[in-house]
Amino acid sequence: MAAPRAFPRLVPPKWNGGRRGFRDLSGVVTPEGNQRKRRTLLQFLSDHFYDVEFLREYLLRKQMQKVHLENGSYVRVQDTHGPDIAGAYFILRHGGAVKFRDKEWVRSDGWKRFIAEVSKFQAVPVEAIDASGCAINYHGLGNLLSLKELQSLSLQRCPHVDDWCLSRLYPLGGSLQELSLAGCPRITERGLACLHHLPNLRRLDISDLPAVDFPGLTQILVEEMLPNCEVVGTDWAQGLRQGPEQQPQHTAGPAPAQPLARESRRPLWSV
Amino acid sequence: MFRRVLRTGLGQSLLIRGLGTRSGNSSLGWDGNVSEIKKKIRSLMPGEPHNFLYDTKHLPPEHSDVVIVGGGVVGLSVAYWLKKLEKRRDAIRVLVVERDQTYSRASTGLSVGGIRQQFSVPQNVQLSLFSIDFLRNINEHLAVVDAPPLDLQFNPSGYLLLASEEGAAILESNVKMQRQEGAKICLMSPEQLQKKFPWINTEGVALASYGLENEGWFDPWSLLQGLRRKVQSMGVFLCQGEVTRFVTSSNRMRTSSGEEVNLRRIYEVHVKMDNSLEYQPVECAIVINAAGAWSGQVAELAGIGKGPPGTLQGTKLPVEPRKRYVYMWHCPQGPGLETPLVTDTNGVYFRREGLGNNYVGGRSPTEEEEPDPADLEVDHDFFQNKVWPHLAQRVPAFEGLKVRSAWAGYYDYNTFDQNGVVGPHPLLVNMYFATGFSGHGLQHALGVGRAVAEMLLNGHFQTIDLSPFLFSRFYLEEKVLEQNII
Repeated sequence: MAAPRAFPRLVPPKWNGGRRGFRDLSGVVTPEGNQRKRRTLLQFLSDHFYDVEFLREYLLRKQMQKVHLENGSYVRVQDTHGPDIAGAYFILRHGGAVKFRDKEWVRSDGWKRFIAEVSKFQAVPVEAIDASGCAINYHGLGNLLSLKELQSLSLQRCPHVDDWCLSRLYPLGGSLQELSLAGCPRITERGLACLHHLPNLRRLDISDLPAVDFPGLTQILVEEMLPNCEVVGTDWAQGLRQGPEQQPQHTAGPAPAQPLARESRRPLWSV
Repeated sequence: MFRRVLRTGLGQSLLIRGLGTRSGNSSLGWDGNVSEIKKKIRSLMPGEPHNFLYDTKHLPPEHSDVVIVGGGVVGLSVAYWLKKLEKRRDAIRVLVVERDQTYSRASTGLSVGGIRQQFSVPQNVQLSLFSIDFLRNINEHLAVVDAPPLDLQFNPSGYLLLASEEGAAILESNVKMQRQEGAKICLMSPEQLQKKFPWINTEGVALASYGLENEGWFDPWSLLQGLRRKVQSMGVFLCQGEVTRFVTSSNRMRTSSGEEVNLRRIYEVHVKMDNSLEYQPVECAIVINAAGAWSGQVAELAGIGKGPPGTLQGTKLPVEPRKRYVYMWHCPQGPGLETPLVTDTNGVYFRREGLGNNYVGGRSPTEEEEPDPADLEVDHDFFQNKVWPHLAQRVPAFEGLKVRSAWAGYYDYNTFDQNGVVGPHPLLVNMYFATGFSGHGLQHALGVGRAVAEMLLNGHFQTIDLSPFLFSRFYLEEKVLEQNII
């Protein structure tokens, strides 16, 4: 279990509404949490007035609903023009780029022209999608799952793409050959484990994932999981202790690996 | 006037303290005395807890609309949904009574944490689908202002259920039903299985079902903490104590056929404090039994099952604690990152834990091998003799494993049909059950919480129809057997 078995201090709440103290439960994310270090005026007010507390909760809910509203499914477009057009339109509206087979990339600023010329793209499958930086979440990804000929998908730096989204990608397993997840702040090694549903994957980019605790080890495990795929990520030697001269008491075992790591930055088994 | 109030307040408190601690009174010193006096003055101000005679901060309130016995994931889920679905803010006062605030023996914290849709009863599949939807959006549901977001550490790796020749037909029909309910399960032949997971030995496997999405495992402790935090922010009272008595009132009524029936209502719950004889009688309207492995005892306390056997009065709640062992081992050549939670034909299961080639698993013992649930001591011979041989046979790499640690936990085992009991008791009209899940309480807790809240507030189930799980089936002998118990 990731959470330690030592139990946190659980203080029964006071009966004045029970609001004070519940935020101090050490929980599972950070033990320090939001202590009383810097309480803003709004936080102070919401501790003492129900109205302010309700308002803050309402604003928090509204903030979360915003992302949801933008990620609906485009059912009407799908029914009229087919799933490829619907998926392409969804990506274009969110700021990404789409490439249809044998055509050039359609960027998001050209979405009006795309609508006007939609007849040109009928029955042409979508080949590649570049959704870098788009605010797509789990629901929005549903628009992309019926693209049966998608070969390349780039989800670089998408702030809402997390492990749940990766677990949803398996219908693309028949055609997807290239996937890029670089820079996504919410993806962890647990989501990477469901990439084995994509047997045709030939190139996977998992560099710069801040939520992955051990990038080197994760890369090794992903490479073992996907033997036919080139995994581009962090250097696997990252996390190994640097330099035999700083630790002379090391045995001969780990020492040979370190000079190699320092000489060449390429992973040993890239083809 | 102020001086008089001061004198009265101080006088009473000094009198009480003087009686008990006449000799130790001077040990506080000047600063201690001043802070004590300040505390007494503050307690006289409006808005502060008003307790001249003795401190009652640790006691539950004297009146509460709903008392939930048991503060595990099921109890907190019921509290959450009651507060979420109430018609007006603060309409219902909910009190959750939990005996052990460290949750040292609670099934929630000791659980392996899996969630799957591969059940044989459609309601269980629906409950799991509801729960996974909730867990996916947990940071919206359980968001608390100024608190950090929850990290459930969900591994979406799926469940792999293996079936032998005899079980293959049942597995196939189950998968058909699960697919109809909306779960994404695929069936695999032994050849496909071997290709996908080369580390498996497919001898004896006729069919396998694999969850493609919405199945996996997560950290139950973080869910529990998240629920506690949210539920406190919604105004639920959480109190430490043990329910020792239910005071009921009787009502003799006649059915339409002229039979006399004794309907009882609980109107008071006695909550006893830890290590003390002190108890608080809590006047209540509804009691919810979410005590997990000890639900049977709580039901007996309420007088359920006190009657001639074979009648409705004499039908006990057939939930008892069953001890289950979980072992964690290390195997350097073991299955890789893609390993699902594998369940073998004979009940042995295992899953990965973390990145370091550690695995967690166990097996449900047969009826004859059931261990004594008096304590949570682990039997390591059980692993040697009953679990390891099957593990090594199914995954040859596990021949070279080394057990790192082990723990034991309770299933709230329903001896009747291994499925949950949800809903009110027919004779004790204001006791609702949410227990008896026999090992899948964690994954159904959120759906069950909503169902109980709907039953309480609306009088019928709305989102998921759990009427096959009512208490009356024990009397009517209608079994709703769950076959996929791990």
